[in-house]
Amino acid sequence: MSGDRAVVGQNLRKVDGVKLVTGRPAFTDDIHLPGMLIGKILPSPHAHARIKRIDTGKARALPGVHAVLTYKDVPRVPHTTAGQAWPEPSPYDTYLLDNKVRFVGDRVAAVAAETRAIAEKALRLIEVEYEVLPAVLEIEQAMASGVAVIHDEPDSTKIFDREHNIAGYILREIGNVEEGFRASDLIFEREFRTGRQQHCPLEPHVAIAWLDADQRLVIRTSTQVPYHARRQVAMILQIPVSRVHVIKPRIGGGFGGKQEMLLEDITGALALATKRPVKIEFTREEEFYMARSRHPQILRMKMGVKRDGTIVASQLTVLATTGAYGSHSTTVQGNTGSKVLPLYRAEHMRFECHVVYTNTPVAGAFRGYGCPQGFFAQETLVDEIAEELGRDPVEFRRQNMIRLGDIDKLSAQLGEGKEGLPRHIRSCGLPECLDRAAAAVDWDGKRNAAGGPAHLKRGVGMAATMQGSGIAGVDWASAFLKMNEDGSFFLQVGAADVGAGADTVLAQIAAETLGVSLDKVVITSGDTDITPFDVGAYASSTTIISGGAVRKAAEKVRAHVLDMAAKMLDAPVDKLECGDNQVYTICECRKAVSMAELAMHAMYKEKTQIMDGASHFNTDSPPPFCVTFAEVEVDTETGKVRVLHLVTAVDPGTAINPMQAEGQVEGAVAQGLGYALIEELLLDGQGRPRNASFLDYKIFSAKDMPRLTTILVETDEPLGPFGAKSISEVPINGPAPAIANAIYHAVGIRLRKLPIRPEDVLRELREKLPTL
Amino acid sequence: MRGTSGVLIMKTMQLRLTVNGETRQWTIAPGDLLLDVLRREGCYGVKRGCEKGECGACTVLLDGKPINSCLMFAAQAEGCDILTIEGLAVGDVLDPLQEAFLDHGAVQCGYCTPGMILNAKALLARNPHPSEAEVRETMAGNYCRCTGYLKPVEAVLAAAGRAPAPARSGRKAVKR
Ligand code: FES
Ligand code: FES
Repeated sequence: MSGDRAVVGQNLRKVDGVKLVTGRPAFTDDIHLPGMLIGKILPSPHAHARIKRIDTGKARALPGVHAVLTYKDVPRVPHTTAGQAWPEPSPYDTYLLDNKVRFVGDRVAAVAAETRAIAEKALRLIEVEYEVLPAVLEIEQAMASGVAVIHDEPDSTKIFDREHNIAGYILREIGNVEEGFRASDLIFEREFRTGRQQHCPLEPHVAIAWLDADQRLVIRTSTQVPYHARRQVAMILQIPVSRVHVIKPRIGGGFGGKQEMLLEDITGALALATKRPVKIEFTREEEFYMARSRHPQILRMKMGVKRDGTIVASQLTVLATTGAYGSHSTTVQGNTGSKVLPLYRAEHMRFECHVVYTNTPVAGAFRGYGCPQGFFAQETLVDEIAEELGRDPVEFRRQNMIRLGDIDKLSAQLGEGKEGLPRHIRSCGLPECLDRAAAAVDWDGKRNAAGGPAHLKRGVGMAATMQGSGIAGVDWASAFLKMNEDGSFFLQVGAADVGAGADTVLAQIAAETLGVSLDKVVITSGDTDITPFDVGAYASSTTIISGGAVRKAAEKVRAHVLDMAAKMLDAPVDKLECGDNQVYTICECRKAVSMAELAMHAMYKEKTQIMDGASHFNTDSPPPFCVTFAEVEVDTETGKVRVLHLVTAVDPGTAINPMQAEGQVEGAVAQGLGYALIEELLLDGQGRPRNASFLDYKIFSAKDMPRLTTILVETDEPLGPFGAKSISEVPINGPAPAIANAIYHAVGIRLRKLPIRPEDVLRELREKLPTL
Repeated sequence: MRGTSGVLIMKTMQLRLTVNGETRQWTIAPGDLLLDVLRREGCYGVKRGCEKGECGACTVLLDGKPINSCLMFAAQAEGCDILTIEGLAVGDVLDPLQEAFLDHGAVQCGYCTPGMILNAKALLARNPHPSEAEVRETMAGNYCRCTGYLKPVEAVLAAAGRAPAPARSGRKAVKR
């Protein structure tokens, strides 16, 4: 696909790489402002309570304390912290500070002080008298009559049914599933459960706010959504958008956790109150329970099949909790249906979901955005069906899966909190993904080999998954380019590189279009004063949507460059080409002008700045496809599951930078592996976090990672720049079901709860073989 | 130095040490963490990931040995020779590890990168040709949430001459 491209499709170094490997100050916290104060948030010790009395006198009197804010001191503006396009589909159920707390870790008050030690001491001096309310901790209790109402405040809006703690409800059907089940020969129905995974970005959330010389509020913050954060902060602090400047420097990982306006509002409020720079940085412990996590779900999946293997009907019924606030509640859960069920071409599909409030840490966006849960259920059930029908799981999927030319109609019904748009499959590398991944893991060989010593059983399993590339009809982006005297270009994009390499990919797209080398494109991203709008880094949208804007802007600038060259070379535009940092004629005469000469001529002779910009959106969201194969070894004495090999084949469309694309796959796979086997934020009976540290929570380290194999199956997507779709989310979906299926292959037990812990494996094994 | 009674009496003290080849004298409080002092003095490449010795983001080399600077009082570094990531390149010439991290796509967000590179630097100093298992064992103390560790491990092996560098502008990544 990438034919003779000079920049796109090449494994080029990251444009921001050198500053990162040399440790130059590039991240939010890598600055020091004179007079900067340290902000701290007093977290609620109770899962559910009303603040009866709060006395900040002693805290305020402490030398070195410059501000103490409670709900009495700040505007009360219902909002969502979800960093989504306006109008956000998430409920407006959150307040800067409130007189009620709804989870352990909820904001009670905030202080700004000269040092961290003073700020921490000030927190201890705030006297709070709580009226402790009954807490709703269990997801299944939330809707029961008589339980506490978590959002009883009258001013919150967009809550589906506050009396029953239902933040959102979704019901969509295509065809008629009841009819479909009647027409099926066999019906399978199972229940699945998934845990509360935390993002664990190595850089915890941090924001620094100050007033600039014009008294505008500047917020330098670790965000994926600078523009949404600006709009939301302005609304919450009740100042004009034009008075807020959000800067996104280098970000130490986001994974969805920073698609959230989480610290910007309170840091800004403290800066306004003190007229001093204020920094709030979460500790690792705070990051675990005061930031966001993945929505836990209980899923009932039902499928009806014909004896010939045709899937006729599929139905997914989900009960999910969003925790204490409804950030991303209906949209994450909507994805659990809309991105999952259409992978198979069942004529009848039904998706129903209740998203309930509980007095638990707030869930939010997390790489995969509802799909890891849904695919765990679907791909484990499909494996079971294939087994029942005596079919090879790969072939069973091949028979039923979505293919080129198909139209996914469920997506038309289930958009971002509203009706969506149908998805047309214009590129699909799924069959090749299956073939190549199966070969890489030696599927045929290992499927039939029984093996291992007595208590160590090996097995292989697989899963197929998909995702989207941007939110159809919602996500949009813009880009601006201008030329400099030396023939280089400044590229300004609102897109937010959070470490996944967006700046590099976008610069590659610009460089390829303009016919210059990558070093000739200098990119600035994610600064609301300098760069044009972009919704931000989420929904796998950056390459296709922001990249689409860059491509358009670069095409316009290219046209200006060619016009200028036509004058200089006295040649018609259609006989000119850009490449190798110059413009040259493609006719016999072989004339050329370098970009640098051209720029000087334009600027100082023609007195013209070569520049242009463009906006871009798509009305469709082409799915990247992914196939994951896992080989595991199960210790039947301890229940321990060791993953030996994970093979991931992905169809990302064109890989703009294959090396970076592979890195996205490997990182997603590591997170998916953690989700499958070890990662879960646990709460005690009072809703307090039990493992809010790396030591207790645990993520995979270099030492315990299995062998990884990554295969890029490139296709050419008509809607994407240079044929690109997306890659960073889809590979996270596969490890959990592939591992669960491999465990079944190894020892014959089905695990339907995540994470799959040794004790669960042992229990199931004992049930199956009571003699063990 | 570690006694808390001394800490309570003394308000500030002088710390003399070598950082990235330069002799420094800093005024510190006895309870200051080495991590905080280094960052305060401009070594922002020393990252804060957990402050509990669990992530390795704050790794620096102290007399050649990797330590978590969040677990150490600055005062304990009196007279020591500290290398932070800022001191690894010689002028504009990057260390082979830094080059390898760039060439292998081992840097994503880059937050864990200084700690990883310094830890690897110490490993290669004592074991110039480690096996993959040895690299993984050593790097187990450096959490990375972005890369899945494959490319960082490859980069360390490449810097040690154990793995080929991928073609810088080859058309395709080496597919594994
Ligand atoms: S910050 Fe020192 S080990 Fe995490
Ligand atoms: S590159 Fe982001 S944590 Fe390692």
